[in-house]
Amino acid sequence: MSDFAAIAPRTQAFAGRSLVELTLVRFREFWREPEAVFWVFIFPILLAAGLGLAFRNRPADVLNIGVSTPELARSLASEKSVAARTFTLAEGEQALRAGRIALLALPGANGGVVYRYDDTNPEGRLARFLVDQALQRAAGRRDPVPAGDELVREPGSRYIDFLIPGLLGMNLMGSGIWGIGFAIVDARRKKLLKRLIASPMSRAEYLLSFLFSRLVLLLFEVAALVGFGIWVFGVPLRAPLWELAFLCLLSSLSFSALGLLIASRVRTIEGASGLMNFVMLPMWVLSGVFFSAQRFPDVLQPFIKAMPLTAVVDALRGSMLQGARLPHLASELAVIAVWLVLSFIFALKLFRWR
Amino acid sequence: MGNLAEQHSLLVRGLRKAYKDVTAVAGLDLDVCPGECLGLLGPNGAGKTTTLEICEGLLEPDAGRVELFGLSWNSHARELRQRLGIQLQETQLSEKLTVEETVRLFRSFYRNGPAVAEVIDLVELQEKHAARVGSLSGGQKQRLAMACALVGEPDLLFLDEPTTGLDPQARRQLWDLIANFKTGGRAIVLTTHYMEEAERLCDRVAIIDHGLIIAQGPPRELIASIGAVHMVEFSTGGASGTPDLECLSKLDGVHHVRVENGTFQLQVSELHRTVPALLDALDHSGVPLTELRTHSATLEDVFVSLTGRHLRDE
Repeated sequence: MSDFAAIAPRTQAFAGRSLVELTLVRFREFWREPEAVFWVFIFPILLAAGLGLAFRNRPADVLNIGVSTPELARSLASEKSVAARTFTLAEGEQALRAGRIALLALPGANGGVVYRYDDTNPEGRLARFLVDQALQRAAGRRDPVPAGDELVREPGSRYIDFLIPGLLGMNLMGSGIWGIGFAIVDARRKKLLKRLIASPMSRAEYLLSFLFSRLVLLLFEVAALVGFGIWVFGVPLRAPLWELAFLCLLSSLSFSALGLLIASRVRTIEGASGLMNFVMLPMWVLSGVFFSAQRFPDVLQPFIKAMPLTAVVDALRGSMLQGARLPHLASELAVIAVWLVLSFIFALKLFRWR
Repeated sequence: MGNLAEQHSLLVRGLRKAYKDVTAVAGLDLDVCPGECLGLLGPNGAGKTTTLEICEGLLEPDAGRVELFGLSWNSHARELRQRLGIQLQETQLSEKLTVEETVRLFRSFYRNGPAVAEVIDLVELQEKHAARVGSLSGGQKQRLAMACALVGEPDLLFLDEPTTGLDPQARRQLWDLIANFKTGGRAIVLTTHYMEEAERLCDRVAIIDHGLIIAQGPPRELIASIGAVHMVEFSTGGASGTPDLECLSKLDGVHHVRVENGTFQLQVSELHRTVPALLDALDHSGVPLTELRTHSATLEDVFVSLTGRHLRDE
């Protein structure tokens, strides 16, 4: 064993050394946790791929309808967007009730026709319109205004286009809240936080190390998911790339501050998980990741709009899909910024190192 | 007064700390000089860790004064952190980092100190330098914690139960390390409930019970203070005639007699005179002897004689 007295003190190489070391520790802890790498990088891509396949665009739907006479079936044969089958009256009613056909056409009085359908079902109303038009034309109606169709099936309005910004927002939330919150609570639980503050470590540098590692990981996270969307599904990127980068940066900071707030006092992993799910679950459901948040009742809309994930997802969609520039996203940016500032202030007030 | 404080590595006066309705520290004074190792010895819950954490600047005392190298936590926290080495009870260092990465991290917090590899050599973990912390044994983890405490070349080292839960070999290895550290005017304050550890490492021992120091001094003096250097323990196989306590205390060289769970315990100054006298007396009164043991008095015996309880009474 070497002698203590023989060890000459050496001066430290440079002042920022500890911040670099702390940040490196963050990366090492992340890379050496395969589960974390999976949830941050692989999972969103798998989800996007799965949902993209399930909801891929198919040729326009053909509506199934029922008719009760061969004459009606013949009149409809030229209409491509409906498929007519001939039923007896009883069979036809049965099929209509079961939802196998959207409409049942029956002969009416004076050579007319009667449509039986559910007017609260959009398919029923559409079938009524298409079938009636086809029958009238077959009977010799001429439209006074000649009309032609020009079909547009453009990237930007498909489900996968809607989905990628949603998943990106959800991923920013998950990695921000989990990445910061879990690491801090784990260090507090292991009394490692206490040990660190017993050393001359700067507390600001400790928190900054989370910020820096988050920013670097963010770059890869966003590049992986957006790159996948563009490469595989041709998802558009209509605003300048730096604006998307800015949105992701601001969103990630905001969620990280929220993660810090959640982790400010909790001492157990169970407590942290519970609190994080309590915060994130409503946003997963309400913030419009997988379907439009407009579907929820109007009374809820102010609350939904005030949620950080809603603002993030709306801003990302506006930027990527509609090409909205930052000034047009002012209200979303304001919501994200308010969450960032408030969470950070409260987190600093509440934070306990022990 | 200022002069006195500067000579001390640690000076504590009238320290008090209560948690809700439990008083953890009830008016405690400590002095530690450079080059000295002070042991805080006491049972669990005596207030050792609370005292240490206040000295380490991790807890605020309710009352009292704490000065390290003549500086206080309120005015010189930054400087003090640079000059202290601290090992806490129950710290779990990050399991995913390697030994070397952990030491390098702690090294980066200090202005001065030895190189990372040197500290790793010092705690004899060179073969494990690239191993993950999670794969280390208990003793190796404890030596790594020691490396993190030593990495800033501290003037004062706080160790909270450094060897608790270690096997005897790992414990001895750590003792060598601690003993080695004292050279060169550095001071150590350690808590323990192993009397052997205190006797072996500490220049002075403060015995703490219920938040108060009940005895203080070099281990030998404390042991001598109970007036006896040897302990004689014997039992008599139960009911068939017990020896008279009065009689026992009058035997040659006996200072004190205690009975615990049917075992008689005599504090004696001279074994070679007391033991024959005891055997004679037992023989004379026809009491059978089923067990007879002697050992040199230890700090444990000091604690027992002061409080009537054992150090590890859990």
